[in-house]
Amino acid sequence: MELKTKINAENGEQELLITREFDLPLELLFKAFTEPELVEQWMGTKVLKLECKKHGSYEFETSDAKGNVVFKANGVIHEFSPNRKIIRTFEMDNVPFGVQLEICEFEQVTDNTSKLNMHVIYESIAKRDHVLKLPFAQGINMAHNRIQEILNTLK
Amino acid sequence: MNLRRDVFQAIADPTRRAILLLVASQALTAGAIASNFDTARPTVSKHLQILTECELLEQKQNGREIYYNINAKNMKEVADFIEPFRKMWDDRFNILETIMKNYKPKE
Repeated sequence: MELKTKINAENGEQELLITREFDLPLELLFKAFTEPELVEQWMGTKVLKLECKKHGSYEFETSDAKGNVVFKANGVIHEFSPNRKIIRTFEMDNVPFGVQLEICEFEQVTDNTSKLNMHVIYESIAKRDHVLKLPFAQGINMAHNRIQEILNTLK
Repeated sequence: MNLRRDVFQAIADPTRRAILLLVASQALTAGAIASNFDTARPTVSKHLQILTECELLEQKQNGREIYYNINAKNMKEVADFIEPFRKMWDDRFNILETIMKNYKPKE
């Protein structure tokens, strides 16, 4: 199956662009980013805090089956424009990747389809490349069986 | 043998991902790595063995100690390694799409 998500990461840049078209109305796509219980499901992490407003902040945490915390991240929301745009920072605890700036733009394509442009800017070229080479560093990609579990409940 | 497939299997485990994150910033001994987990030491050793076999980790002898380091050679070109990153986001967004297609607004 073709991957619908596109990543544009030029060599020698400290940024990248993630784009994806969704078979969803704009409002539903945006909602998936703002409701904690929905974010928990698709990001595969526990949402400790999610304040969707200018100068609001958020906190994610993921534990393994034994209860060890394997991932913790947080950030602040710089701009929150419903159904249009979210600008936020993202920083993981205990890893040397620094803080990244995420500019998420939501666009209506048709009544039932929408598009997300995620522009991510890192502190340096080296830090961007490090994150790219360790995709699981974002840690929020859950174990495969957990993905299957969720998809099964939805069938 | 399909090395890349094995790499995906290697990073499917949360403890192994946590180990790679630990050694991403500095080379560590098996003992230092194990001290970060409640898991039994032999279990951590097994994880280190798998990561080494998949060439994600490399061992360096320093005196009597063996240090584990990220295998930079295997992660050299961004272009080579962008696919797992893209796959990660694609998986997430596929789940998002499925969840939202089934979403019923609360009253």
